[in-house]
Amino acid sequence: MRKRILITFLVFLTATTMMFAQGAAETKAKSNSLEIFSWWTAGGEAEGLQAMVDVFNKKYPDIEIINATVAGGAGTNAKAVLATRMQGGNPPDAFQVHAGHELIDTWVVADFMEPVTFILEENGWMDKFPSDVIDIISYKGEVYSIPVNIHRSNVMWYSPSLFKKFNLKVPNTLEEFFKVAEVFKANGIPALALGDNESWTETHLLESVILANTGAEKYRALWDGKISWNDSQVRKALSDYARMMAYTNRDHAALANMDAAGYVAEGKAAMNVMGDWAAGYYYSQGFKQGLDWDWAPAPGTKGNFIMLSDSFGLAKNAPNRDNVIKWLALCASKEGQDAFNPIKGSIPSRIDGDRSKYDAYLNAAMDDFATNAIVPSVAHGAAISEPWLTRINDIMSVFTTELNVDKAMKEFQAASDRYAPKN
Amino acid sequence: MYCPKKDVRLAVMILIPLLALLFLFIYGFIIWSLRVSFTDWNGILPDMTWVGFDNYKLLFSSQRFQTDLRNTFFFTIFFIAICIVGGFLLSYLLYSKLKGESFFRIIYLFPLSLSFVVTGVLWRWIFSPEVGLNSLLRMMGFKADFGWFTSTYSIGGFNVALIALIIAASWQYMGYTMAMFLAGLRGIPDQLIESAQIDGAGEFMIIRKVILPIIKPITFSAMIVLGHVSLKIFDLAYAMTGKGPAFVTDFPGLFMFETTFRGNHYAEGAAISIMMLLLVALVIVPYLYSTFREENR
Repeated sequence: MRKRILITFLVFLTATTMMFAQGAAETKAKSNSLEIFSWWTAGGEAEGLQAMVDVFNKKYPDIEIINATVAGGAGTNAKAVLATRMQGGNPPDAFQVHAGHELIDTWVVADFMEPVTFILEENGWMDKFPSDVIDIISYKGEVYSIPVNIHRSNVMWYSPSLFKKFNLKVPNTLEEFFKVAEVFKANGIPALALGDNESWTETHLLESVILANTGAEKYRALWDGKISWNDSQVRKALSDYARMMAYTNRDHAALANMDAAGYVAEGKAAMNVMGDWAAGYYYSQGFKQGLDWDWAPAPGTKGNFIMLSDSFGLAKNAPNRDNVIKWLALCASKEGQDAFNPIKGSIPSRIDGDRSKYDAYLNAAMDDFATNAIVPSVAHGAAISEPWLTRINDIMSVFTTELNVDKAMKEFQAASDRYAPKN
Repeated sequence: MYCPKKDVRLAVMILIPLLALLFLFIYGFIIWSLRVSFTDWNGILPDMTWVGFDNYKLLFSSQRFQTDLRNTFFFTIFFIAICIVGGFLLSYLLYSKLKGESFFRIIYLFPLSLSFVVTGVLWRWIFSPEVGLNSLLRMMGFKADFGWFTSTYSIGGFNVALIALIIAASWQYMGYTMAMFLAGLRGIPDQLIESAQIDGAGEFMIIRKVILPIIKPITFSAMIVLGHVSLKIFDLAYAMTGKGPAFVTDFPGLFMFETTFRGNHYAEGAAISIMMLLLVALVIVPYLYSTFREENR
């Protein structure tokens, strides 16, 4: 009796072990496919990706594309899944990641990535990308990801009708901004719409205010840890930010970023600083440019372009390396970028995009992208690493409420001491 | 109880696989988390450099974690108090032969069948400062500008914004305590109540001197169950409010999730988890201890 039970138990054990073993073997044995991992599940993004996949399928009909998306805002869930897969030695072929430090400090430094410089060089595309962009995606002289799109962070959306009603000029500098804001406040209208339900939107606003005070050179140096947060211009930026909070909408903490952008188009608030995906939102809601909304560079940042970008990289041990290289070449090509970007509502990272495919706002953004100084965005992982960014978001959450410049400055400095690149 | 030696061995053998899995996947990983919380793991790659209590020191000096602990404390107190008092009142109403008793019982119990995520989304709209309750009050002519869960007022460390969360959570769990109390009330022999009535006790006196002492063990169990729900709270706050301005509606669970999976601070995340485990253990261990003692008596 006992023996029989023991045998049953052993059989059960071996059977389960074999089941697991078989499962592992199965995932390895996919032939000639390409798994694309992203968090593009919503509206324009998913369709944009599909457009690029269609181009790929036409070129390489025998490669089967596995579209592995993980839903969830800003890719938090996707990033957790990706981390598990990479740590477990089961990387997807190609995966979406914000270009810049989010990619480099998380994955490149940990030696999970292969450089992709050769793809750009073999196709003779090195000079098709602005050199500022190449800097942002490079680490120790090698390019580590292919940016498919560019978004601009320092855009101020405003309500033309409100400005006309009070006979005001759209502010070019922060001083002009505060003057205009005072008028709106006196008339009971929130001058600055903010939707900081999630605190990255606060960081998003702050980066434009810092840039306005310091200029591009110093802005870069700040995020390289080369200048102190006690610098007079940086301090001025923090106090400007604190001053701005007096002109925001009362319900800002309950709103998401798009709600705040919506307030401007509905004439409930005068201005909003948000990335240029807001334009895509306005188009999708049927708001008209020039009538319901219009744009200008965030006050004081004219001539500068804070960029962020989605990119794809090449993981070491990617199961289908050759196919990934084909995919990355498509991502870097004019054809691929012009298929993806008009639908996603972003501009190509190349300088030679086909202008006729893009709408009025995107054409204007392409003009600025070609001529402005380009700096990386903090709030979207281009300028700094993720551990640093989450700290900054936490500090912003308190700063926006308490408006204590000295305390925030000290905490920013402590975070910078801990996380800024040391070299 | 008598068990032959042979049976004991068989029982142990059958239990071993389960116990092994249990120990590996629960206690093994608790120990692993404990170990990680003493390291310098702040990236994708494990960095097992021993740093002692540094993570805990950082944690307790951070404003976010201090606020989290305060929030957990106040949330737990109010949530348990409201559920117990409210649940008892509801169950007493039903017990007093209210008309349509079964109908109300279902109504009261219904919120429990929802998940916290659904509850969170519902109450988020109700308490949203511009569209929900406030706009209703404004329509009626009141000047309603309380920010609910976006309010940053604080009374002696209690963040007023928590009120919205406490209401939502209590709404969901009050029916549950009601059901527990109702079962207890039904178990009270009628003779006891009747003899108290004959002795001239009024209704209030009967509740205080007869009913409450009898259902005391139920109150205790309800407090334990509610306590561990509120100490571990994550989904309600995540769906309803997020961490809130200056963390007014933040909880250790949210902090742990964000710092680990957004910030790659694995060691700090592990330290938070261990603190949460200790918090729950503070409540559960004495309870388990007392139940075991009673059983052995």
